[in-house]
Amino acid sequence: MDEFKVLIVDDEDDFRETIVKRLKSRKIVAEGAEDGKKALELINDNVFDVIVLDVKMPGMDGIETLRRIKAKNPQIEVIMLTGHASVDFGIKGMQLGAFDYVMKPAPLHDLLDKIRQAYDKKKGLVS
Amino acid sequence: MLKRDYRKLWWQNNITKIFFSVLPLLFISISIYSHFNNVYTEKVIESIKTTAENRKGAIDLFFDERISQLVTIANTNSFEQLTNETYLNKVFNIMQTNSKSYMDIGIIDNEGKHVAYVGPYYSILKAVNYKNEPWFNAVMNNGIYVSDIFMGFRKLPHFIIAVLVREDNRSWILRVTINLETIDEIVQKAWIGSSGDAFIINKNNSLQTKPRLGGNYLETPNCPDYSSTSIARTEKFSYEGKERFYCAIQIKTNKWILVLSEDPNELLSPILHEKYWTAFLTFIGLLFIISGSVITTNILIKRLIDTDKQNAMTSDMVLQSNKMIALSKMAAGIAHEINNPLAVIGEKAGWIKDLIMEEDIAKSENFQEFSEAVDKIELHVERARKVTHRLLGFARRMEPAREKVDVNRMLDETTGFLENEAKFMNIEIIKNFSDDVPVITSDLSQLQQVVLNLLNNAFDAIDHEGSITVSTDFDEQACEALISIADTGPGIPKAIMNKIFDPFFTTKEVGKGTGLGLSISYSIIEKLGGKIKVNSNEGIGTVFTIVLPANQG
Repeated sequence: MDEFKVLIVDDEDDFRETIVKRLKSRKIVAEGAEDGKKALELINDNVFDVIVLDVKMPGMDGIETLRRIKAKNPQIEVIMLTGHASVDFGIKGMQLGAFDYVMKPAPLHDLLDKIRQAYDKKKGLVS
Repeated sequence: MLKRDYRKLWWQNNITKIFFSVLPLLFISISIYSHFNNVYTEKVIESIKTTAENRKGAIDLFFDERISQLVTIANTNSFEQLTNETYLNKVFNIMQTNSKSYMDIGIIDNEGKHVAYVGPYYSILKAVNYKNEPWFNAVMNNGIYVSDIFMGFRKLPHFIIAVLVREDNRSWILRVTINLETIDEIVQKAWIGSSGDAFIINKNNSLQTKPRLGGNYLETPNCPDYSSTSIARTEKFSYEGKERFYCAIQIKTNKWILVLSEDPNELLSPILHEKYWTAFLTFIGLLFIISGSVITTNILIKRLIDTDKQNAMTSDMVLQSNKMIALSKMAAGIAHEINNPLAVIGEKAGWIKDLIMEEDIAKSENFQEFSEAVDKIELHVERARKVTHRLLGFARRMEPAREKVDVNRMLDETTGFLENEAKFMNIEIIKNFSDDVPVITSDLSQLQQVVLNLLNNAFDAIDHEGSITVSTDFDEQACEALISIADTGPGIPKAIMNKIFDPFFTTKEVGKGTGLGLSISYSIIEKLGGKIKVNSNEGIGTVFTIVLPANQG
């Protein structure tokens, strides 16, 4: 399997850190960012294939962050993570170019499936 | 919601209406009657007066004729001729040929001596000297004299007309006695009604004719004292407890007074008749007013009750939807608050699971227990997740959407809500889904609400024991998805069949309707491009069919 890099953006520390750990244990290069600002900084320095982006965050929200990520690097695939009554936000995110959305809480294998699909898509696009 | 006292309103309305209609009616009836009464009474008085004047004229004429006849006889015959009783008898007979009004005739010389007499009282009167009688002096002084009734020598009521004749060197008197019946007869013609009366009185208020209703000559009449009347007067007067019309008029010749007395009850009987007639018409009018008022008030109150019912239902619905909105906001908030911790729990459990997998199985004797515990945690996080997602779905119900709807799955879920209730009420829900039904574009939550509403209605209709068949079908030609919900209830009566989709129509009591109502269901389905059809057979059951456009894509 190709090695690909995933960025998890979520303000909930426990959630973010655990996901990162679990992804790492599955041989996926993963990193965490606690808000949109940090995420934008990180994509400046590193190349990420897939970003999992929480919609509701303090400061810059997920939709705005998505817009900026796409502005910076449209090739990164973004999966929106929605935690409240925000299917609308998920859909809105997709309209802005997100790959898909996942409702919180989601079993890790669901999320992994989505991440892989996103990566496959990106790869197909690049190659 | 305010509760009106319809009974009180009914009375208030009726009493006000009746009061304002009856008052003018009574006013008009009474004033018409009293006006008519006045006019009629005036007419009656007028006619009594006219009769009295006519009679007075007749009596005047009678006296004038008698007097001029006497004057003529006295002046065309000499004293010598008339004192011859044979000749006098001849003259008297000629006088009698015209009228039987004379009783006797006599010649009296200036000494008061009765020199000649013809008549029935010959034996009594022939030898009488009148020198000291009051009438004798009156004739000697006045020349012509009409007496009141008096008894005289014959001891019987009578009255006389006497004429003084002056010849060259002597004077003598021609005197006749008038038959009382003649005057009575003239006077009696003045009666109008069957209980009317007419008589003559003199200056001393003593009767000069015989009244019809009791009383005799020279007695005091049974009526007010009109003896001093000089100008004709007519009036309604109460005498000895009896009200009567009286008319008094003076006779020219001898200042007698003719009195007419009439019974008002008789003369005014037409007006009495009019009184009953007016009362009867007024009564009919009252009946009309009251029944009209009651009918219109009933209609009014019925409308008021309907309007109140509608208002109550509208406010019920507003309340209901406000509740739903508040509830959905709360649900969304709770779901969000719970989802984040749930996500953390899920991930932590997953992480533990990951770690356990990496461990050497033999090294941990409790491996099985850990693994099972983590599995359980994951299982229950999944359960909780379903709950919060359902809550979010409920919250989204408030907003219309266009989404892909798997009709069969939607029905599966919706009937799932009611499974417990169905079990409790002993109702079997039979699902008869067609696999041909495609995924359609519609609003899942609104569809769900309508189906839920129809299912609830079916439950209400069945009440206990029965079955509800939910089936789906696909009409390929029309490209329509069909959902039908058939119950084994009593069916919808024909009388209300065309009303069930009306806004505000309900068979439930005010305040008890909690569903959407068929009208709203209908409009929801209409907005989604479909329609609801109904088919009901009394005693067999009712089938509601939702037809939805199945335009894919």
